[in-house]
Amino acid sequence: MATTTIAPAERENYLNKEYGLGSWLLTTDHKRIALLYLISITFFFFIGGFFALLIRLELLTPAGDLVQADTYNKLFTQHGQVMVFFFLIPSIPAVLGNFLVPMMIGAKDLAFPRINLLSWYLYIAGGALMMHAMLTGGVDTGWTFYTPFSTAFSNTKVIEAGLAIFIAGFSSILTGLNFVVTIHRMRAPGMTWSRLPLFIWAHYATSIIQILGTPVIAITLVLVVAERALHLGIFDPKLGGDPLLFQHLFWFYSHPAVYIMILPSMGVVSEIIACFARKRIFGYTFVAISSLSIAVFGFLVWAHHMFVAGISVYAALVFSLLSYSVAVPSAIKVFNWTATLYKGSIHYDAPMLYAFGFLGLFTIGGLTGLFLACLGVDMHVHDTYFVIAHFHYIMVGGALMGYLGGMHFWWPKISGKLYPEGWARLAALIVFIGFNLTFFPQFILGYLGMPRRYYQYPPEFQVLNVLSTAGATVLGIGYLLPMIYFLWSMRYGKPAPDNPWNAAGLEWQTQSPPTTFNFEKEPVVTWEAYNYDEIDAGHKEEVPVVG
Amino acid sequence: MAGNVDALFIFLVIISGLMTLLIFGAVIYFAARYRHQRGVQAEQIEGSTPLEVTWSIIPLAVFMVIFAWGAVVYFKSRTPPRDATEVYVVAKQWMWKMEHAEGQREINELHVPVGRDVKLIMTSQDVIHSFFVPAFRMKQDVLPGRYTVAWFRATQPGTYHLFCSQYCGTQHSGMIGSIIVMEPAQYEAWMSGGSTGPLSATGEKLFAELGCSTCHRTDTQGRGPNLQGVFGKPVLLQDGRTVTADENYIRESILDPGAKIVNGFKPVMPTFQGLVSEEQLNALVAYVKSLSPAAQSATKTANAAPQGSGTQVQ
Repeated sequence: MATTTIAPAERENYLNKEYGLGSWLLTTDHKRIALLYLISITFFFFIGGFFALLIRLELLTPAGDLVQADTYNKLFTQHGQVMVFFFLIPSIPAVLGNFLVPMMIGAKDLAFPRINLLSWYLYIAGGALMMHAMLTGGVDTGWTFYTPFSTAFSNTKVIEAGLAIFIAGFSSILTGLNFVVTIHRMRAPGMTWSRLPLFIWAHYATSIIQILGTPVIAITLVLVVAERALHLGIFDPKLGGDPLLFQHLFWFYSHPAVYIMILPSMGVVSEIIACFARKRIFGYTFVAISSLSIAVFGFLVWAHHMFVAGISVYAALVFSLLSYSVAVPSAIKVFNWTATLYKGSIHYDAPMLYAFGFLGLFTIGGLTGLFLACLGVDMHVHDTYFVIAHFHYIMVGGALMGYLGGMHFWWPKISGKLYPEGWARLAALIVFIGFNLTFFPQFILGYLGMPRRYYQYPPEFQVLNVLSTAGATVLGIGYLLPMIYFLWSMRYGKPAPDNPWNAAGLEWQTQSPPTTFNFEKEPVVTWEAYNYDEIDAGHKEEVPVVG
Repeated sequence: MAGNVDALFIFLVIISGLMTLLIFGAVIYFAARYRHQRGVQAEQIEGSTPLEVTWSIIPLAVFMVIFAWGAVVYFKSRTPPRDATEVYVVAKQWMWKMEHAEGQREINELHVPVGRDVKLIMTSQDVIHSFFVPAFRMKQDVLPGRYTVAWFRATQPGTYHLFCSQYCGTQHSGMIGSIIVMEPAQYEAWMSGGSTGPLSATGEKLFAELGCSTCHRTDTQGRGPNLQGVFGKPVLLQDGRTVTADENYIRESILDPGAKIVNGFKPVMPTFQGLVSEEQLNALVAYVKSLSPAAQSATKTANAAPQGSGTQVQ
């Protein structure tokens, strides 16, 4: 627990105010709930990571030799379900968002603290059911639950897994609702919309998707359960259903869900780049609006997952066109971050290295999205490793880099301790290299025609698979390192100053770690976001380098 | 077809390569050029609307080029030529069953001649599969309960991978096969062996056996529509709609006759759901198509000179 006393003079804060399990499990403090989430999603991250490791080991050789075919199918299914629904979707919003949204706008807590705690319990209930499904037989439908395989053919724990995700979905909806109300109603005096940190804009956009999109996946999963358990004909043609209807409903949520994962990460990156370039974000308004337009356009592109599924060519045409509309705001963001660096005063601390990593990986992920949105190319690379590589560049390269960058950036605030900077920079480098080594070969594999979800494969694909597995090993080390040194720093790290980065933003004006209600008295905001000119004019000295 | 897709792919690689260079170059240059130096402060820049407009419009224009090019390639690959040779494909966990219009049947193998358009009329007996031939840059999901169509023209003799690319259960990665592209002469020789007669002839026999011909007579006196020349034509329905009589329409009319009643007829036909297999359905569809010589594809009957082939199955 992060409550070790290091000095008799330690101030009261949200960590040491109360002790005991009860004070954590019944807390309504958004910061403590954030830590509950942190522990739980880290648990699921390592479970999902373990599945990934087994997948990569199996694919080391063309023959199916490490595990059984059915086991392999469960591994990739559960890797996807755990990582998407129990790690990536809650990751930044539920941990960093929970911790920071109230503080960044100068509030004491979220609008509905008890609903916030309820969100966590729903997440845990869903997670427990998912664990139960995995431990009592597992699921083999692919994370996509495609019908009629999932409703009529799979002999695994489809209903349990579906209900687990259904329950966890409410956690996501309630978090989104809490954020929207909080951002609307609880901003401190002077914290106008145009002064909001871009992290807040990103979370606002994310929350809209969570509220509007998640109910659709919930309904869809209920229909899957209804068809599987009660044989209601909805998706299975043998019962008079339509299997493509499932795909439409599934992707109506699951495409926007990608933006639930990536938008918060973009918010994190905006904060980091501004701080370590000591500049206001170039084109603040455009970056803020692009978050909202991604949230809106994100709902209009779902059928680009279905170009070869048997939809009409004209529908495909419309969805291809609309998919490019969502690429523009993403491009705008990348250009603005790049322009922010221009004439900056750039520091290379670990969070910034992660932000650079994000920029690189997200750019590649985004550009390869152009290939998949392109009808003529998608026909070939759809359902191959090209797609796997693409969405890992976005969801792992993008979202996870942002999450790790954010964890480093705000760790002094969260824990009150400094992490070892040298190790952190090393980890950032290892993750970047390991990631590219793992996933870049998969683009080539995909173009050469290796389908996804293949337990065994023709021998000509082996070299690239070996490279990918080697990369995954490096990547695994890169992910273990932060876990180790963050834990280490809780006991042995140097105490963090209140504002170790000299960063703008209200969250840095409280003590580290903050008190239960964040601020001594309600702050009044009289400055614009990212007022680094004013901050640096006040501190001629160098920004303290940490570590 | 592979050439078209590759050209587009290379174009995309060049475009995204340039974008990557531009962004990486700028980030690395700025990061190095403007690294923190003691006593030097960052210069605050608010932003620039002209710049924002520029870097929105230019990518959008490039995207539209990619979109349009992609759409052209896609449309071409989705529109089978009229005179293509037809092959019926039935997918099931975990094998591919092919049946040539001429009657040859194969499992997990498809023999085709070089340079001829081949149209695949595909359906699944169970879950969704996907017919993927990487060498032809071609992929189409195969659904239960309906036909999906794809086509290709092989240009080089050889043996090419056929993969199932839609996850379908335990042996998904074992649901693979080969497309064997042969010189026309070799192909004709292969074709001449082991056929049970054209698929449409099988269908004709079924048509009589199942009693279809008692109502669907070749005059105007039948209780069902005369099927001569119907395929490929618009059909006026009782509710005023008009549909084109394609493979899916015929399929539906056999399995769910009440769904689309032809104007002037009564919904008296019983369903054949569960009474005919996918293969029998294919034969019936092929027979109905053969009644419309104009719209029907060139169905080539197998030549003489029997020459068995070990790859064929009954």
